[in-house]
Amino acid sequence: MHRYILRRLLLLIPVMLGVSFVVFTIMFFTPGDPAAMMLGERAPAEEVAALRTQMGLDDPFPVQFGRFVFNAARGDLGRSLVSRRPVFQELYSRFPATLQLAASAVLIAVLMGIPIGILSATRQYSAFDAMSMGIALVGVSMPNFWQGMMMILIFSVTFGLFPSSGYGTIWHLIMPAVTIGTSSAAIITRMTRSSMLEVVRQDYIRTARAKGLSEKVVINRHGLKNALIPIVTVIGLQFGWLLGGAVLTETVFAWPGVGRLMVDAIRQRDFPVVQGGVLLLALTFSVVNLAVDILYAYIDPRIKAQYK
Amino acid sequence: MAERLLDIEDLRVEYHTDDGVVTAVENLNLYLEKGQTLGLVGETGAGKTTTALSVMRLVPDPPGRIISGSIRFHGEDLLTKRVDEIKKIRGNKISMIFQDPMTSLNPVLTVGFQIEEAVMLHQGLDHRAAKKRAGEMLELVGIPAGREGDYPHEFSGGMRQRVGIAMALSCNPELLIADEPTTALDVTIQAQVLELMKKLREQFSTSMLLITHDLGVVAEVCDHVAIMYAGTIVEYADVETLFTNPRHPYTRGLFGSIPSLDEDVPRLQPIKGLMPDPTDLPTGCKFHPRCPMAKDICAKRAPVGVEVAAGHRVNCMMYEGLVPGYEE
Repeated sequence: MHRYILRRLLLLIPVMLGVSFVVFTIMFFTPGDPAAMMLGERAPAEEVAALRTQMGLDDPFPVQFGRFVFNAARGDLGRSLVSRRPVFQELYSRFPATLQLAASAVLIAVLMGIPIGILSATRQYSAFDAMSMGIALVGVSMPNFWQGMMMILIFSVTFGLFPSSGYGTIWHLIMPAVTIGTSSAAIITRMTRSSMLEVVRQDYIRTARAKGLSEKVVINRHGLKNALIPIVTVIGLQFGWLLGGAVLTETVFAWPGVGRLMVDAIRQRDFPVVQGGVLLLALTFSVVNLAVDILYAYIDPRIKAQYK
Repeated sequence: MAERLLDIEDLRVEYHTDDGVVTAVENLNLYLEKGQTLGLVGETGAGKTTTALSVMRLVPDPPGRIISGSIRFHGEDLLTKRVDEIKKIRGNKISMIFQDPMTSLNPVLTVGFQIEEAVMLHQGLDHRAAKKRAGEMLELVGIPAGREGDYPHEFSGGMRQRVGIAMALSCNPELLIADEPTTALDVTIQAQVLELMKKLREQFSTSMLLITHDLGVVAEVCDHVAIMYAGTIVEYADVETLFTNPRHPYTRGLFGSIPSLDEDVPRLQPIKGLMPDPTDLPTGCKFHPRCPMAKDICAKRAPVGVEVAAGHRVNCMMYEGLVPGYEE
């Protein structure tokens, strides 16, 4: 098990190298001259050329890429062209906000999605099942930015219950977390329901019932643990994806997370920030995936036996 | 006559599927005396498992439904009991061993725990005592001490079935229902598991309903036999009588399709035709389309069971005098 984790951590290195290469290449061939942008539109051509040479932008592609990787490995992702602050610091200062939002959204989603999914599965085709699946469909289909704006309209503008934007207190957190949480909850509900429906047909569930166990014990003890693998997988995917920043929701609620930083950076052609942001996204996603894979071993002993 | 521990009368079970109503069990009469082992024999799809699940009240609903009849256990009808009363009987007084040991144990719980939970539930033992009991049960079925913390995938098929037996016997049930307990096992392992069941049945003085399609297993283990065809019992007798003097044409057909070591028969004599489509069962006697003795009346009227000798019942109109019988 420990060896497995170590091996997976080592595997992160080629993954990150690959991601770096792709991002760097895309940025390299994107039109727009960083040096010209830093100096402004009216800067004389000689000054721009001097800065290009100073920044190493005239070097061949392999040299530039090598320098990027070497620096990134030491935590130096360059400086933002706009704020002139180190990219690492920019990301580092924004990440807590994103983490907070992602964690609360996933928490809401899990607390809603799993119980509703189980109830739906155990009461398949009932009115409750039909209603929750209907609501889940709406939840998956509703765009986050639209839901966010509707929530601002209703809860901030009309009733004045929550602040419409900003960051800092739990009151600021509630609306964006609920906005993202509902769509995640919908996905988790549907996955829980289908996974549970699959499990309750298994022979060992019949065995459990034949022991005289109550339906509650049969479902929670014998059913849920077996149904958990696909559920944990989607929770992990949702969480990993949210850690990269919920771009639209962060924008609607003016939430100072990584997602909004990335959107601004792309709009302003702030190449180093975009590169650093994508690397962070890839890293968090990989780490969450690893965590999910490790969690599998604790859920299913058959998987643990394979992690040698 | 000994007490009837289990007495099934006029049982009818249906499955309501998209393709129509399937009558899995119809007009089924069966009893099991205390301390005895009854073999329930029939082809796949004859309704043996449905009968067993009906006793446990575990027929999956939907699509299955017990329509009518009674299943008396110690004289009390199980079919009219409340669900919470049934739960006190399941796994405690009546327990079940399932066909496929590869799928009937929960893959994410240790085998020890899967025994413990039944003991804790029915015997009111605390966790520690239940754990001890689980260990003892496992040892009793030949699984060495110290393996109760292992998961089902760490055992072979034969050992898993032993775990299933330990689980079923852990609360010392009065009735054990074994649904083809050896079908999924290798032949060598089959003998071991049967031997173990025989031994433990005597040790625990448990009555047993053994479902099988293997007449060899019946001869080995059972006191009485019920032959089932298309949802109903066609012949019921003690083992000796049934093997030496089978009366129903279907039973005779079954024996005819077993290869004999003593005689040199060039070809086996199969029963002609196939099991009827359960959504479209024949009228009258369910066996008549395949029966060599059938006459017109067999398609029109269902036979009524006749006791041809003490304790030997046959569902065939030959013995009601309506159809000419065998020339003997």
